[in-house]
Amino acid sequence: MTMMDRKLDAEHPLFQVQGLSKYYGSRIGCADVSFDLYPGEVLGIVGESGSGKSTLLSCLAGHLTPDTGRVIFDTAVGPRDTVIMAEAERRRMARTDWAFVHQNPRDGLRMGVSAGGNVGERLMAIGARHYGEIRGQAIDWLGRVEIAADRIDDRPSAFSGGMQQRLQIARNLVTAPRLVFMDEPTGGLDVSVQARLLDLLRGLVRDLGLSAIIVTHDLAVVRLLADRLMVMKDGRVVEQGLTDQVLDDPQHAYTQLLVSSVLQV
Amino acid sequence: MTDQAYNFAYLDEQTKRMIRRAILKGIAVPGYQVPFASREMPMPYGWGTGGVQVTAACLTPVDVLKVIDQGADDTTNAVSIRKFFQRTAGIAVTEATQEATIIQTRHRIPETSLTTGQILVYQVPIPEPLRFLEPRETETRKMHELEEYGLMHVKLYEDIARHGTIATSYDYPVKVEGRYVMDPSPIPKFDNPKLSDSPAIQLFGAGREQRIYALPPYTNVVSLDFDDHPFQPSKAPHDCDLCGAADSYLDEVITDDQGGRMFVCSDTDFCRSRRAAGHVGRLGSAAVEASE
Ligand SMILES: [Zn+2]
Repeated sequence: MTMMDRKLDAEHPLFQVQGLSKYYGSRIGCADVSFDLYPGEVLGIVGESGSGKSTLLSCLAGHLTPDTGRVIFDTAVGPRDTVIMAEAERRRMARTDWAFVHQNPRDGLRMGVSAGGNVGERLMAIGARHYGEIRGQAIDWLGRVEIAADRIDDRPSAFSGGMQQRLQIARNLVTAPRLVFMDEPTGGLDVSVQARLLDLLRGLVRDLGLSAIIVTHDLAVVRLLADRLMVMKDGRVVEQGLTDQVLDDPQHAYTQLLVSSVLQV
Repeated sequence: MTDQAYNFAYLDEQTKRMIRRAILKGIAVPGYQVPFASREMPMPYGWGTGGVQVTAACLTPVDVLKVIDQGADDTTNAVSIRKFFQRTAGIAVTEATQEATIIQTRHRIPETSLTTGQILVYQVPIPEPLRFLEPRETETRKMHELEEYGLMHVKLYEDIARHGTIATSYDYPVKVEGRYVMDPSPIPKFDNPKLSDSPAIQLFGAGREQRIYALPPYTNVVSLDFDDHPFQPSKAPHDCDLCGAADSYLDEVITDDQGGRMFVCSDTDFCRSRRAAGHVGRLGSAAVEASE
């Protein structure tokens, strides 16, 4: 029995996407995407730039409204379609149950606020009102992403790119979100910095049992992090399955090209 | 004597109606920033055109107006606004807090307790308390709408992280009736407790930013803080050197170039009244001051 089958037996999906499409005029952003994500599962979405993977992620995270389809999240009060949910509720979910790690840390950090304030913001947003405890949790999380405690009062602008990205991850994970969206989390970093970040992410995914959806063009990222893989081309999913299966025995011609590194993006 | 070239209190009746609608909406939704079409006034923006328009919309011929700037009735700004309304509305003016029906203020709440029927009009430079960390107007409006106020505490967190204590001493953010976070205008945080549960109507006008907001009488206003860093309304740890008041907000005044200094009430009317009543501070002389 595969890991997925076991999960299917054991639990309800955390996140269900059904028939999701997004058009820009007559041009396809992404079309007819469906999948289920189970608790503790990491889904990788790969494809070249323009394949629709970023549009898809934006629709999933509620940054874009899809034209058709349902995006159902298993909330505290049961499965709810987040597409038709009231904006107030969706935004509340986005800062509690969900997290979003941007490719560019500047998009996900407050550059004018200290590292501690960045990590503490989500805690304060959900009502934390004890400075000492907020600071304690910030120090704990900085440690988990390998940022020294004595940098807590420094602003992100004083950090290297890799540190900024680790800070963004800490800022997102501090409230123990149930679902994490990541958009090219290692993009824009030097290769050696990428390796360290990947290693860190792998540890966090394993230790915290994160449920995550990671969009990337980097097959090394999904090889390390994703249980399952979806390959996109021209806005459509051309292949999906367990990561190792897809990468080691690709069925679709496009996936074969991707895997054989003919397409380097 | 009213200058007949102008309508009563300078603004035309349609404009006053429009401003009154914004004021009423503000009173109906305490702490909510109501947009209004701010008019050009014959004075620069920094001179409190928002407050002036609110005052103009509230004034009636029988009103008695007091205008203070930093607590004082005799500063240039206060004098010129007072003269403006004397000229355009012909109303009576006063420096005595308890005699005024409308008090326009910049940077202070009078020490003398306000009473039912009085209106306190604040001049507001920047009405948006979230502006410090979120410059996008569309986003701050959304945050108010959805009560997403975590950012206000980030600001206070940064204060403590940098200074060891909440160093914000003016413009100290408050929450109104458990709903809207509001900027009380640049009053010292010493004045914040007076915002809450006041018998007077409190109106806030921001001219350049085109916003009006309000606190109806007896509104609950709470200064934001942390459990382990509670709000503290602070003042200089002195008594007034002229009237001896221990509980009023003080200005530090340099008295000579040998480093001499004294602390005096920033509320000049309050200080003068106390001296007239015989109170004497460390450097004061009741008889001389009172007979001026
Ligand atoms: Zn005094």
